[in-house]
Amino acid sequence: MGLARAAAIILSKELRAEFRTRELLNTTVVFVLMVIVLFSFTFDPTSAESRRFGPGLLWLAFLFAGSLMLQPSFTREQANDTLAALRLAPIPPVAILFGKILTNFIFLLFAELLLLPVFAVFYGLHILPVLGRLLLVFALGTLGITTAGTVFSAISSQARMRELLLPLLLLPALTPVLIASAESTVGLLGDEPALPQVWTVLLVASDIVFLTATWLIGEYLLEE
Amino acid sequence: MNSRGNWASTLAVAALIGAAGYAALFLAPAERTMGLIQRIFYFHVPSAWTGFVAFFISFAASIAYLLRRRPKWDWLAVAGAEVGVAFFTCVLVTGPIWAKPVWGIWWTWDARLTSTFVLWILYLSYLILRSLVADPERRAVTSAVFGIFAFLDVPLVYFSIWWWRTQHPQPVIGRGGYLDARMYAVLFVCWAALLGVMALLIHHRYQLEALRYEVDEMSIEADRRS
Repeated sequence: MGLARAAAIILSKELRAEFRTRELLNTTVVFVLMVIVLFSFTFDPTSAESRRFGPGLLWLAFLFAGSLMLQPSFTREQANDTLAALRLAPIPPVAILFGKILTNFIFLLFAELLLLPVFAVFYGLHILPVLGRLLLVFALGTLGITTAGTVFSAISSQARMRELLLPLLLLPALTPVLIASAESTVGLLGDEPALPQVWTVLLVASDIVFLTATWLIGEYLLEE
Repeated sequence: MNSRGNWASTLAVAALIGAAGYAALFLAPAERTMGLIQRIFYFHVPSAWTGFVAFFISFAASIAYLLRRRPKWDWLAVAGAEVGVAFFTCVLVTGPIWAKPVWGIWWTWDARLTSTFVLWILYLSYLILRSLVADPERRAVTSAVFGIFAFLDVPLVYFSIWWWRTQHPQPVIGRGGYLDARMYAVLFVCWAALLGVMALLIHHRYQLEALRYEVDEMSIEADRRS
């Protein structure tokens, strides 16, 4: 079976499992919502300031949410040792990783898109004129977070203190994605919306590096 | 290496680092505006270069481990990462000591400082990961994968923070900046000395990991017999 088809089957399995409970999506959305509200206590959000700091805070919230929601990706498989069953399937092992990356990408992006209008309303931002480019930045940034995040979740699931370990591994590694996504969003929400090319290039480069590395060495993490 | 070889190489490195210290403090000409404090640069800059070499060794050993599955590559990977962290700790300590009298502040969120700090944290988390995986083979595989990701991440971290802001004194090496010929000579003597220290530390850390592995094997064997 080809890689793409195998990954698509893993994706459909993950989506079905999630939509039976919806626990991951619900908790993530409420978590980010709470963080957005907490931000308003830590600084006084006048409209000029929130345009400058808001996007950074929003991406920080997404990053924290990601580091929490990516956790169950592999630990969920451990409860009934279902990862062993997946490994026995006649598919390229790395398809398991790509299927899970795709799932997490869809979940996190979905949560982000739900929260974007809420964020815009709270902080008085105009997102409609730049929506297309904003979506591009969200997609590229989220792909970076979920690719590294899924791989690191496979790593941390094999360690002790895994809940603490995943953010520890993930957050420093995602510094470039955080900077590029936040700076792009600041550029798009400014008075004269612009998407600085350098940040898009950096986001694409990060995604390519993470995806290629996963494709080359990811399957080693799935061995028994 | 036998114990005589150990002694000889340790003495050689000690002599080299002594010579480097002497050269940096007495032979190098005093810098015109910064004066004496500038001499810390002879250890600050080569420490960073040496740290990168150590991280590269760790990266190459991680790849070799995934391909060959010999425990010795894992030992080399952890030795490189740990020694690299030690050198970058020196960089992060000597930097502010220099910055306080020259810039008037201990720390600033400039590109090079910030990226060095992020790099240091990245490899600290590598070491923490190693301490949290009990099974030796699992530890070797997971940390090799993370080590490769971390090293590939370094240029991304560097460029992102570079574009984000910069205030560091522009690198004077290789960019047409002027550096006295004697300063160059001293700088490279210091680098050679620190590379010697690095090789020695990595060698000992590697031996230590090999001994630990042997002890682990013995305790497994003992468990099986009892």
